[in-house]
Amino acid sequence: MELKQLYREIVNEHNLHPVHKGKMENPDLVLRGVNPSCGDDITLQLKLKDGVIEDGMYDGSGCAISQASVDMMVDQIIGKKKEEAIKLAGTFMGMIKGDITDEASLEELDEAAALQDVAHMPARVKCAVLGWHTMQEMLENPEKAQNS
Amino acid sequence: MASLGDFRKDFDILNSGDYVYLDNAATSQRPRQVLDAVSNFYKTSNANPLRGLYDLSMAATEQYENARAVVADFIGASRPEEIIFTRNTTESLNLVAYSYGLENVHEGDDIVITVMEHHSNMLPWQMVAKKCKANLVYMEPTEDGTITKEEYESKITDKAKIVAVGHVSNVMGVTNPIKEIAAYAHSKGAIMVVDGAQSAPHMHVDVKDLGADFFALSGHKMLAPMGIGALYGRYELLEKMQPFLTGGEMIEYVTREDATYAEIPHKFEAGTVNAGDAVGLAEAIKYLKNVGFDTIKEQEEKLTTLLMEGLKKMPYIKVFGSKDPAKHCGIVTFTMEGVHPHDMASVLNDDHVCIRAGHHCAQPLMQFIGVGSTARASVYFYNTEEEVEIFLDKLSKVREVMGYGA
Repeated sequence: MELKQLYREIVNEHNLHPVHKGKMENPDLVLRGVNPSCGDDITLQLKLKDGVIEDGMYDGSGCAISQASVDMMVDQIIGKKKEEAIKLAGTFMGMIKGDITDEASLEELDEAAALQDVAHMPARVKCAVLGWHTMQEMLENPEKAQNS
Repeated sequence: MASLGDFRKDFDILNSGDYVYLDNAATSQRPRQVLDAVSNFYKTSNANPLRGLYDLSMAATEQYENARAVVADFIGASRPEEIIFTRNTTESLNLVAYSYGLENVHEGDDIVITVMEHHSNMLPWQMVAKKCKANLVYMEPTEDGTITKEEYESKITDKAKIVAVGHVSNVMGVTNPIKEIAAYAHSKGAIMVVDGAQSAPHMHVDVKDLGADFFALSGHKMLAPMGIGALYGRYELLEKMQPFLTGGEMIEYVTREDATYAEIPHKFEAGTVNAGDAVGLAEAIKYLKNVGFDTIKEQEEKLTTLLMEGLKKMPYIKVFGSKDPAKHCGIVTFTMEGVHPHDMASVLNDDHVCIRAGHHCAQPLMQFIGVGSTARASVYFYNTEEEVEIFLDKLSKVREVMGYGA
């Protein structure tokens, strides 16, 4: 998919009309993710119950790709087990690196798979993976993400 | 006399027609003459300069030292020894910070810079301030980027040991009143360090007239190869300074325990020097002189005016700095409502238009003007009105691509 098409068909909708953007009351885990070189800055907030992600939200600012990507991600991980979400993050990052291309794996990413072509835009890779990287980090190292 | 169109023909990368290149403040393109000069050095005169006792090495040495004289003449140094070749402005400024700053700044002293500085003229002074327990004092500009007399007179006091200011801001494009600031700094007993990365490519520089004790420049922003830069330092100051890097080629005599150092400038040029690119820098200077700074300024102003007039017609664009195109040194920094600069740059890239987006290595300035990042278009003399028109046309379509109705 070409860049302009990607914006028009996927990214703009999530960037301009995000579903999961905002501040959550009493989240269990909170972690800030930043791309220092470009200023993408998100704070991811998750509620967990019995190892399942009950709810998720993000706040912050950044380019359309970073914001749309995290919005799609939150959509994907709500209702999933912690381990499933971590695995999904691996799949997404593998896709963006161009290592994972098989249909079956990509299907698990659902709408987020639409960002596959970011793999051909090296300058934007960091934007696309910011949310996923932050989520993986907070679930694998929950001690870093305690809500204080 | 050659026209601007004739000069443009010397730049193969521009002739390819593949790109509209408007990121000249990041790095310029290089004309064939410069590339040929570097290539010829390696084809005809290459040997390790400054050490061989044979003709070829002496030829390399001669070319390298000639290049030094060309740079000295270009910026009005008193003698070639006042020019030290470095990799770039960043290295030049680090040399001053380590070799002069650490020795001459003491606890409680002030180092005065502006909030507009590029990180390369900020981080070295943060380092000196921390190590010497000195204060780093920031001068702040007005909204149009001006450092006023009141501002520098209130920030530069008797405590100031070093005043370090960018000649031209890489974000605002404003030319700072270096001559006035330097005179005031000297009256308070401080030395004046000037970051000339953005000025040397665009205007005639005379370090003596400016009152600069140190002046740093990068070759790659002024038609020369990447990896060659220069530092001008006042002879009396350089003579007293300790080396920045030590090793080969900068010594006089070495024993197992100790060493004495070579005379300046070689004391500051440890290791095998970048003679090939120094020759390229000398050729770039020759080329710029041939074009002429009057012509360069005239063309840049014409293009900047066209660019800023075009941006004015887009109500969702905000331009930073002066409203006067003549005060931008070819640099126009802006934001677009609702569109992140990186998305803007990516969409323009799709149309083969190259602009910069981000914080431009000036994060404290971004915080000062209250934005996370901005986009920047910067022209040089070889750009054309047609290219500016293409840029404006493509830019006017970005918001539609980003999902905002036409």
